[in-house]
Amino acid sequence: MTDLGSLQERVRAAASARRPLLIRAGGSKDFYGGPLKGELLDVSAVSGITHCEPTELVISAQAGTRLADIERVLASFAQMLACEPPQFDGWATIGGAVASGLSGPRRAYCGALRDFVLGIEMIDGRGGLLRFGGRVIKNVAGFDVSRLMTGSLGTLGVLTEITLKTVPRPRAECTLRFEMDQPKALESMARWAARPLPLSATAWHEGALHVRLSGADAAVSSACGALGGEIMAGADAYWESVREQQLPFFAAARELWRISLPPHSPPLPVVGPTLIEWGGSLRWLPGPQDGSDLQALAARIGGHASLYRAFSKPSGSPFQPLSPAMLAVHKRLKAAFDPQGILNPGRLYPDL
Amino acid sequence: MFVGSNPTLSATRVMAVYHQVIERLRRVLPAAAVLSSPEELKPYECDALTLYRQLPLAVTLPADEAQVIAVLRICHEAKIPIIARGAGTGLSGGATPRSDAVLLSLARLNRIIGIDPLARTARVQPGVRNLAISEAAAPHDLYYAPDPSSQIACTIGGNVAENSGGVHCLKYGLTVHNVLALRVVTIEGEVLEIGSAAPDAPGYDLLALLTGSEGLLGVVTEVTVRLIPKPECARVVLAVFDSLTRAGQAVADVIAAGIIPAGLEMMDRPTIAAVEPFVNAGYPLDAEAILLCESDGTPEAVEEEIVRMEAVMRGAGATACRVSCDEAERLRFWAGRKAAFPAMGALSPDYYCMDGSIPRKRLAAVLQEIRRMEARYGLRCANVFHAGDGNLHPLILFDSNIADEVARAEAFGAEILELCVREGGSITGEHGVGVEKIDQMCVQFGGDELETFHAVKRAFDALGLLNPGKAVPTLHRCAELGRLHVHAGKVPHPQLPRF
Repeated sequence: MTDLGSLQERVRAAASARRPLLIRAGGSKDFYGGPLKGELLDVSAVSGITHCEPTELVISAQAGTRLADIERVLASFAQMLACEPPQFDGWATIGGAVASGLSGPRRAYCGALRDFVLGIEMIDGRGGLLRFGGRVIKNVAGFDVSRLMTGSLGTLGVLTEITLKTVPRPRAECTLRFEMDQPKALESMARWAARPLPLSATAWHEGALHVRLSGADAAVSSACGALGGEIMAGADAYWESVREQQLPFFAAARELWRISLPPHSPPLPVVGPTLIEWGGSLRWLPGPQDGSDLQALAARIGGHASLYRAFSKPSGSPFQPLSPAMLAVHKRLKAAFDPQGILNPGRLYPDL
Repeated sequence: MFVGSNPTLSATRVMAVYHQVIERLRRVLPAAAVLSSPEELKPYECDALTLYRQLPLAVTLPADEAQVIAVLRICHEAKIPIIARGAGTGLSGGATPRSDAVLLSLARLNRIIGIDPLARTARVQPGVRNLAISEAAAPHDLYYAPDPSSQIACTIGGNVAENSGGVHCLKYGLTVHNVLALRVVTIEGEVLEIGSAAPDAPGYDLLALLTGSEGLLGVVTEVTVRLIPKPECARVVLAVFDSLTRAGQAVADVIAAGIIPAGLEMMDRPTIAAVEPFVNAGYPLDAEAILLCESDGTPEAVEEEIVRMEAVMRGAGATACRVSCDEAERLRFWAGRKAAFPAMGALSPDYYCMDGSIPRKRLAAVLQEIRRMEARYGLRCANVFHAGDGNLHPLILFDSNIADEVARAEAFGAEILELCVREGGSITGEHGVGVEKIDQMCVQFGGDELETFHAVKRAFDALGLLNPGKAVPTLHRCAELGRLHVHAGKVPHPQLPRF
């Protein structure tokens, strides 16, 4: 375990010299976000599960702890991380998962990673070690800095420890497969989500909709009966390949766009293959695409588009531009946490 | 610096500025939307934390976002603080007025803008009542999940400000888990569109930051919430325990068994004694504790889960278990829980409702410690609370007509909150900090964390005009209380200005 004090020292020294730091642990998400700039601040040694109480439904782990190790411990008492964050060949760490805010297949039905963040410990851009939130499920004291950190790509602080709420593993699970075209699949996912069904994941690609049901035995079997379709064999491996983006659809894409839309949005008027998750709210498109056209289209429907990964990183931000008023708030928040602008500069937006 | 606290201005000059501001407000709002006479201001002198009362400088009642913007711009320009208010049902004094501040009531922004059943969202104005959203969604078999006990009256804007909870948080989450997007007006009168109906939004998670920010960062003018399908059925197990320890263990055992109840509530002996004569729910008066454990979902799933719940309760040592066999019985079992607060009125002229959270496994120990405090403060305390969330609601009974009972009740409450922090919990699970718990913030957070909160506040409101004196204490205040965490004799960030 690396001494937190020495990490704080590194940040303080970088701040006084105004030298950018590149925060990194497993490095599984180097592809994600803007350019990688600065001197490496390796937090992978800040690792280990620090607190784990099955009856409290919480787990705390230092930032460099691998998700795979956390999931293994949770599985030993029939719990899991609800949103199934991707593990990226086992390299993904809890710190990186929270910093990127990426969730997996269960997200549309159980909540996003940020929904399960209860507390964090972090080093701010001055080198101060700060703790926000805690280890209890209900806690509304002070501003919710823990969730603010989620998805901020290390631009506001160096995460050193994270406490997450866990959930019990479902007792039963079943995946159904339906041959259907995209409009029919979108309509079906929206209609089913408005009914009290134990949905836990949906994915449509190449003319087939996959629907996972999870929960009590009786609930899953009655929902299977109600929905029809064919029961899919090898479903666990399938959902893992969706989560880890190992399906041929992803492998074939040199460039990948991620489009996040309100539920029940129409098919996008784009040519080429699409993979749809999260009940229709998440659309993946292989590139190349005209980024600004795609972002304008997503914005018109009420969502946003980002260049999730590219053959070579763009010089600017891969994320949808912010409105001037929102950018101004973002800059002031960045200055509040990292006045010298040394933490992962440009990873989220060039100005942050 | 606010006009009212500027030492270079004479009292006459301050009054002149106040007069001008009220005149300017009258020019942008209809006559009935600016209140300034003492009789008109009286109904706004407090929220549900009635220990704190103060007439505001004026009350404004804008009817749309443009009027909200106009009020904020006028006050910002004149450096007059603004306190937003919904229905005034908050228990922590988040909307307690100040004599130097304009109260901004959002009650007239009460329109449900639209419900989209297939996207499962509702777009509403902040003054819409919590329950009204579920009522409007009911024809689509959808509802809005967070259900604070004041849901018939409290507004969604207030829920966002306080990140309100309710009975069903363990399974369905707090407000922060159920709000998708906000329109927020900044103190400068600029509109921010935060979050989206999509699963995420670009940039920082300002939606989480604004939710529970107690009116310190902006004024919400529109809220988009997530609706969820109504469960087909619900049943409840009523389990009786002869010891708090065993009841506390049963709560932990339910979770350990992999069950997430729709609700898991506990009542202690004083509460049972108070409510049973009130509602005749059939609670045994000799029980030390009762747990109500609810399952909801499809009839098959509920049937399966309720059997497992009952087995866990018996395994933990319940002396009796009853399972509701129909909706009427389920409601009867719940009647006592729902009547707990009004029933306290029969026991005591006043009660003070506290709100702290702790790890579930510490429930029994903390309840026993509260029993010991009763003797020390000479006041009774009844406990009825969200056991599944570890969210305590000690009700301290007192009589405000007896000298020093108010002060003893407040001191008792403060000690309970500090106990929650020591046990690894929080000074507030769902009511917010407001003015009520501002001193306990110094116990829960160190100086560096508080300074970060102030920096976040300044990023939105450099002059500190929005709801000043609430939620986040100044370091100066903590230091005066002797509670500032001072590391190595140094106040954190001494170079930064204080307000």
